[in-house]
Amino acid sequence: MTSAIFEPGFFSSSSVQLAGAVGAIVAIVAGCVGVFTVIRGQSFAGEALGDIGAAGGSSAYLAGVAPLWGFMAVAVAAAGVMEMIGIQRTRGRDLATGIVLGAGFGLAALFLYLGTTYDNTTGATVTVLFGSVFALDTSVLPLVAVFGAVATGTILLLYRPLLLVSVSPELASARRLPVRVIGGLYLLAMALAVALSAVTIGAILSTALLVGPAATALQLTRRPGRAIMTAGLIGVGAMWLGILLAYDSYYWPPLHHGWPVSFFVVTIVLLAYISSRAIPARGPQT
Amino acid sequence: MTTEVLTPAASTAAAQKALSIDDVTVRLGGRTVLEHVSFSLTPGEFTGLIGSNGAGKTTLFRVILELQPTTSGSIHLGSGRRSKADIGYVPQKFLLDPDMPLRGRDLIALGLDGQRLGVPLPSKTRRARVDEMVDAVDARDFADARVGRLSGGEQQRILIAHALISRPKLLLLDEPLANLDLRAAQDVVGLLSRIAAEQRIAVLISAHEMNPLLPVMDRIVYLAAGRAASGTVDEVVRSEVLSKLYGHHVDVLRVHGRVIVVAGTGHDEHAPEEHAPDEPADDGPPAVEIV
Repeated sequence: MTSAIFEPGFFSSSSVQLAGAVGAIVAIVAGCVGVFTVIRGQSFAGEALGDIGAAGGSSAYLAGVAPLWGFMAVAVAAAGVMEMIGIQRTRGRDLATGIVLGAGFGLAALFLYLGTTYDNTTGATVTVLFGSVFALDTSVLPLVAVFGAVATGTILLLYRPLLLVSVSPELASARRLPVRVIGGLYLLAMALAVALSAVTIGAILSTALLVGPAATALQLTRRPGRAIMTAGLIGVGAMWLGILLAYDSYYWPPLHHGWPVSFFVVTIVLLAYISSRAIPARGPQT
Repeated sequence: MTTEVLTPAASTAAAQKALSIDDVTVRLGGRTVLEHVSFSLTPGEFTGLIGSNGAGKTTLFRVILELQPTTSGSIHLGSGRRSKADIGYVPQKFLLDPDMPLRGRDLIALGLDGQRLGVPLPSKTRRARVDEMVDAVDARDFADARVGRLSGGEQQRILIAHALISRPKLLLLDEPLANLDLRAAQDVVGLLSRIAAEQRIAVLISAHEMNPLLPVMDRIVYLAAGRAASGTVDEVVRSEVLSKLYGHHVDVLRVHGRVIVVAGTGHDEHAPEEHAPDEPADDGPPAVEIV
């Protein structure tokens, strides 16, 4: 029975083990950061950071460095630029993301084109934009763990002030909280989370992991701490189930061409969200 | 232009002030928003800050909260040194996503330690303080619901508890009755009046309409075109005082215990000259203050 679910060699495969470990860390980080992304209404900024990160990921690929470094550097820089343009105001937020997003995609187009020209392969494009968690190098695991710890640590450290700022900047500033500094630090944590997500399921799909499990968790619980834990659990579940299905899909048509993990993860996240919406609302108590 | 500042009856003169505003002027981009405003608040008293839109009420709150620097004048809190816990504040507009994963009691707890770093650990004393505030604002029935799905009046109660849990000496509320129906407004006003008296807190509540506050207001600060008159309602809400404040004639009518302020007919003898031309048109007295 279990052999029908877990195809031979699933648990012993080192690339499955690595993908599972990286995927779990990334999903927990994304859940922790993502709940605030949804509360703060910044999913477009998250999407922009991922797309811009593609420029970094593709340039790193071109330079022969681990793409995570490229994603990380460019996403953090982009977060800084977006903060300077003025992401705190609604209009500034819209312009900041729009302008930086366009510039980032332009660079990504250039690097991916150069990569394709030199390598005569489309591998880089697929890896950067859509991710390939099975192709990760073992050396990436400690990096993922460190960056993940920094992002999660920032959120947990700022937890209460960030919650208050996200609920109402006015209430926060009446308590002398530095609203802009907190918003800026949050944006940095989001850049880290998006970059981690991008190496796992791809630049374009990275926000799905950031926003999807968090949005689902918000439907299921009315407490912020529980929302973070629920989002992490949903993310890890989607990631592991996605890895399993992708592994199994090697034996699906077209034979011996596994389906991409990212497709499964994003689809599972979407289904989870739809199911959470379908749960009948139990009034204000839910 | 001098400001009419009426000193209250001798009863409060000796009492320690919760807040003293002394000759405060604020200019913003060439426009005078507050002009020589002076008044003081006494612990346990309920003061209404009355003025139409654009009269400077929100700016005055921002000045008290030190979010807006003054051009001249000074502000003193009764306790001397300022700390984050000295002033409780309930902002004007409060729109929350109904899906926000935050219960009423979570928002109240953020009033206690929202500025601290780290994740809150479960604590019996913290929980007891929150329960105490939930009871104080009669929020037992809805404190465990998502705060974004509560009615306007229920949200006001949660916000009042959020502002009061740190035991401030001064509570500021910016237009808390806007968007509330008459019944909810009466409930909130009654609650605030009770809290002011019981906990010896100075309550300053802004409103563009004074009638809902008349039964509970100990004192009034009437703001018009950036200038203020303060004192008891009987001292301030008089034709001479308000006409001088507005810079042209207004009549004050009293009908069945309600006050109606009516704009005079023409003759702007005291029309202020120093106002910038871009000043909002609604700065003048309301044609008729709603009964």
